[in-house]
Formats: sequence, structure tokens, C-alpha cells
Amino acid sequence: MADKKSLRHEFTKGILKENPVLRLVLGTCPTLATTTSLESAIGMGISAAIVLVCSNIVISALRKVIPQKVRIPCYIVVIAGFVTIVQMLVQAFLPALDEQLGVYLPLIVVNCIILGRAEAFAGKNPVLASAMDGLGMGVGFTAALTIMGGVRELLGSGTLLGFQILPESIPPMTIFILAPGGFFVFGLLMACANRLAERKGKPKAELGCAGCPMAKQCTAAQKEVCDKPNGEGDKQ
Amino acid sequence: MKVYLAILLTAILTNNYILSKFLGICPFLGVSKKLNTAVGMSLAVIFVMVLSSAVTYPLNTFLDNHNLGYLQTIVFILVIAALVQLVEIVLRKYIPALYNSLGIYLPLITTNCAVLGVTILNIDSGYTFAESMVNSFGSGVGFLVAMVMFAGVRSRMESCDIPKFLQGLPITLVAASLVSLSFLGFTGLVENMFA
Repeated sequence: MADKKSLRHEFTKGILKENPVLRLVLGTCPTLATTTSLESAIGMGISAAIVLVCSNIVISALRKVIPQKVRIPCYIVVIAGFVTIVQMLVQAFLPALDEQLGVYLPLIVVNCIILGRAEAFAGKNPVLASAMDGLGMGVGFTAALTIMGGVRELLGSGTLLGFQILPESIPPMTIFILAPGGFFVFGLLMACANRLAERKGKPKAELGCAGCPMAKQCTAAQKEVCDKPNGEGDKQ
Repeated sequence: MKVYLAILLTAILTNNYILSKFLGICPFLGVSKKLNTAVGMSLAVIFVMVLSSAVTYPLNTFLDNHNLGYLQTIVFILVIAALVQLVEIVLRKYIPALYNSLGIYLPLITTNCAVLGVTILNIDSGYTFAESMVNSFGSGVGFLVAMVMFAGVRSRMESCDIPKFLQGLPITLVAASLVSLSFLGFTGLVENMFA
């Protein structure tokens, strides 16, 4: 099973085909909240990626020990442990980043990408494959955040990583680093991703119960009170 | 009294959890298509927010007194998860009517960043116990306001002729952007009211 080709597949699928932000529509909160500058976007992406890889490895190693019925609380404890480690490291070595990310750093715990991967992949697959899956998803998450952060910082403050890019004569459009700009840029980015996916004959990205890690526990999902995964019935 | 009113209005209008802090976006986009599900979800969120703030606030004091502040994240998420489970079990057993209207959203709320967010922000902002209760309730109401407003916007959008490349999620996000823009108008309102 663990030949090189399938490992490479686990790694690359997270970057484009199953990009957690643009295709699976997971982790929307940090995507919108921490992309006001390129620096904080990259910082958030890397922090989440580290937690993702570490928790995937540990959960996959413990998959035969964790009883099926209490697996979600077990996953949450493992994830929260790694989040605390990352949080303390960032506070110690990158205090400026800690200030920028603020409450969103501890909130990596409830990032649905991490619990989602634990539930969908790491709980069922061997350690090496889970590590590659976590790494790919982490890189995909960081890439999507980098694009969002780059666009918003360039338009909103005319800079990239703090360096002036746009000439001073063009006034920065502050709205892009405020809340509405976040929704707007994410909407357009999603439209582009959908267009690219459509060209390859893939379905559009939709919010639905499919990607939600709690779907199996959730009676709401079973009763289908959430939106239908493919958004059928609201068009035409 | 003035302080509590200021915190309440700030949490609902100027610092709306969804529209300006981006906490709880998943249910905001996922459950806002119909008004009744939006209201049910929001009421459950208000309930869990107030309850978990009431439980985590004394716990945090306990952790601080024993120099265990670094355990905050782990303890908070575990307490919230356990509490939500407990409430769900109790509701299902004793009040099935309430369970059918609110309880079904409870598992989703465990992983809702707005709930963990409000408990951590209460501590970070240095609120007293009463202030953090008001803040949690206000944040929950702010969540309800945003959900109900957005459910209205989405039902209007269904009858619109949307350009093909924006159909589905992209137009929903652009609409959310406009709703959030309208909430920017409240900036400074509370400060001026109580100045």
C-alpha cells in the first residue's frame, strides 16, 4: 500500500483537487479572519499545517487504541494538545504574529479541516499516508490563505509583506482589509476556483454536510435540514 | 448598568461575531437558507454560549490560581464538548419537543468556533463574571440577528437571475459581504451613545 506513488497522491490531492478551502469549503473562519495581511495569512497557514500533520500522525498511530464511540473527544484532546504547543511556541518566538492572530490561534482547535481530516483519513489509514495527507492539506490551506492575504493586502494597503508595491499615487482601498472585503475576495476566489473545476468537469464547490466532521453524529444532517450538498433545488 | 448595556450593544451591533469577527461562518453559510432552521440554530447557539461561559469563567479562575493557564485551550474545548453532549442527552430524554426544534443542532455547535471564541474572548477582555455573561448573551443575539437577516437576503436571492460564474457559494459570499458592509455603519455608535 505504502508505495511511493500512492504517498505522492495523498500529498498532492490536498493542494489542488481537494483543496480544503476552495474545494471542500472547510476552515472558512480563519480564511476570512486572518488574511488581512500576507504575513498573518502565512503565519496562520503554517501554524494550522503543523497542527494538522502532528495530529494526523498521532491519531493515525492511535487509531486501533481509540474506541470507536469516544473517538471525537479523543481527537479533540490530541488536537488541542498540539494547538497549545504551537500557541506557546508562537508566543515565545514570534510575539508579533501572536498579537496579529490573537484569538484565532487557540481557535485552530475547532478548525474543521483538522477534525475533518482526523475523521475522514487519519482514523482509518497508516501513519505515513496520514502524515502525507496532513502535509498536503496543510500546504493547500496555506496556499489558499496566501492568495487571499496577498490580494487583500495589495488592494487594501498597497503593500506586500510590509513593502510598498502599488505607487503612492494610488490610494489604498481600505475596505479590502475590513470584514466586507474578506467576504468579497473569498467569493470571487471561489468563483475562479469553480470555473477552473468546471473546465475539468468537476462539480462546483458547495457548502454542505458532506465535509463537516460532525456529520455522523448530527441528527440535523440526517434529517437534511442543512443545505443539500449540491445545492440542488435552489436553482432553476 | 450603563456598562452592561454598552457591552450588549457592542456585541450585537459593532462587534458582531459573524460579520466583523468571522466566528461561526460555517453555520452562517450552511444553515441560513431557511428562516426556521436559522432561528433554531441561533437559539441553540445563544443557549450554549451563555452556558459554557458560565462554566468556563470560574474554571479559568481555578486554572489561574494554580498556574495552569496554559491548559486553557484544552480545558475549555473539553468542557464545551462535554457540556453540549450532556445538554443533548438531557433534552432528548426529558424535553423531546425542545430537542426536535433546538437539540438537533447541538452536535454541530461543539465545533463552532463562535462558542470557544466567546469563552476565550471573555477572559482576554478582562470582563467580570456578570460582564462576560452579558457579552455571551449579546454575542449570541448578534449571531441570531446576522442569521435572520442573511436568511432574508438569501430567500430574495433565489428569485434573482445570477450570472452563471457566480451561482451558488460565490454569490452567497458576495451577499454576505454587502450585509457585513451595512454593519460597518454601526462603527462608533456605541462609543458615542455612552460618551
